[in-house]
Amino acid sequence: MSTTASRRPSGWHLILVPLALVMLVPLLWMLLTSLSTLAETRRFPPGLPSALHWQNYRQAWLQSPFATWLLNSALVSLTCVVSNLVFCSLAGYAFARIRFAGSKLLFIGILATLMVPFQVVMIPTLLIVKHLGLVDSLPALVLPNLVTPFGVYLLRQFFLSLPAELEEAAIVDGAGRLTVLARILLPLMGPPLSTLAVLTFLSVWNDFLWPLVVTSSPEVMTVQLGLSTFQSAHFTNWPVLMAGTLMSQLPVLVLFLAGQRYFVRSIATTGIK
Amino acid sequence: MVAPSVLVIGVFGLAPVVWSFVLSFQHSDLQTPARWAGLANYRQLAHDPVFTESVQHSVVYTVLFVPVTLVASLLVAAALNRRVRGIAFYRLAVFVPVVTSTVATGVIFTWLLDPDYGIVNAVLSKLGLPQLGFFSSPQLALYSVVAMTVWGWIGFGALIFLAGLQSTPDELLEAAQIDGCTKAGAFWRIQVPLLRPVSAFLLVWLTINSLQLFDEVYVTTKGGPLHSTTVVVYYLYQQAFSYFHAGYAAAIACVLFAVIALVTLVQLRLSRDPDLETARR
Repeated sequence: MSTTASRRPSGWHLILVPLALVMLVPLLWMLLTSLSTLAETRRFPPGLPSALHWQNYRQAWLQSPFATWLLNSALVSLTCVVSNLVFCSLAGYAFARIRFAGSKLLFIGILATLMVPFQVVMIPTLLIVKHLGLVDSLPALVLPNLVTPFGVYLLRQFFLSLPAELEEAAIVDGAGRLTVLARILLPLMGPPLSTLAVLTFLSVWNDFLWPLVVTSSPEVMTVQLGLSTFQSAHFTNWPVLMAGTLMSQLPVLVLFLAGQRYFVRSIATTGIK
Repeated sequence: MVAPSVLVIGVFGLAPVVWSFVLSFQHSDLQTPARWAGLANYRQLAHDPVFTESVQHSVVYTVLFVPVTLVASLLVAAALNRRVRGIAFYRLAVFVPVVTSTVATGVIFTWLLDPDYGIVNAVLSKLGLPQLGFFSSPQLALYSVVAMTVWGWIGFGALIFLAGLQSTPDELLEAAQIDGCTKAGAFWRIQVPLLRPVSAFLLVWLTINSLQLFDEVYVTTKGGPLHSTTVVVYYLYQQAFSYFHAGYAAAIACVLFAVIALVTLVQLRLSRDPDLETARR
């Protein structure tokens, strides 16, 4: 009996198919529009493109510096990923294992900033960057995200979950803290580090407000800000605009499809997007 | 070992909080040195009709967005927690918007909801319903923003709920089945109550994020038409970077921070489960 039941398609498909459709239609419609001609988007009711008009992508690519924007986004997000992995590991380890003067107070200070929304501090952050003479530059985009309190917290919790005996033998033998971290602990840090890498990359790549506030020249814009300026320039040319939107999302979409497991686990275990 | 982190977080995390607070008692145009203003900014805030409006919009947005997203995410997670053929595809479809940027979401929905050529109006007219102005209608713009952001956040909520559902101990469900509990009964009576901490977390997280709404509004409506989508953070942005009233904007930021902190505390207090607390002890 149970075998016939499993062969018959489950009734859940009646719910799941419309659900998947609602979630995918916006993205599919972006793809279809990006392959239509301008005239085809000015019909009512709308229909499918008559042929695949790839020239929209060419046009978007040539009309705006998408290559520069994508490169800037990649540079900024990868720098932030690497610096977070390194510095959050160091600080997380120190806060978990070493007692030094003021360590508790410092850690509480870091935790406190975890609660502060960026919108609350963006004006002073801009003024600080201004004092450093870095407004409208790539370093300005990197600096506030160089180390995140969330990363320090995540890795401290991870180190606290490890038994201290792992390191004790090495420390008795005279190994330094850094050696212990690099030789003994690093091989165990795959899961928390991949989580931190995924989340840092996503948040920096998709960030809009800080780039909007701190950059103004097209040469230093990230792709999200670039896309919003592209939108203002082509707001009725839907095929070209959709081609540009799709191009701007492609790197993250490809990464997501390739590493869906990591993305889902990272978000599910930390509850951060 | 902690020096780099402490330096960066001190300069870009802690110092701006203090500075924001100080700035809210000053007049500043971001260029010339700031002048002391005392309570002038806060006094002005109390009598600013646009600020009052923006608070109303944020409240309406939050009151709609949070419950709708929360309930929809739970139901979607329940549907995704099935061992049916193609479930990996269904999950993928639901999760993709999680990685779609707010800017892209805004651009795509501007096109979907285009009053003249948008696909949503085409569907409405096919169903014999009147066509709508969506983002260009002062009555509908805020609700259109709600619909768009619900689409953007359901995947996130469902992902968190799904992880929670999957961590329900199998023995509990088996025991319920032996006791004659239906599957739906087990879902509502066993799995949903067990999701309480997860729901509490999502409630707080969605509320914080909806009070911070900015990107989607900037991309779709720029606060319009007729201020109908000017939410608090959008007004803050306008005051700081369009009108260069940075002190005034800082006062808005401080009020926002206080409200977010308060709402979070109240929600956490209310969602604390007395049974669970005693069980843990």
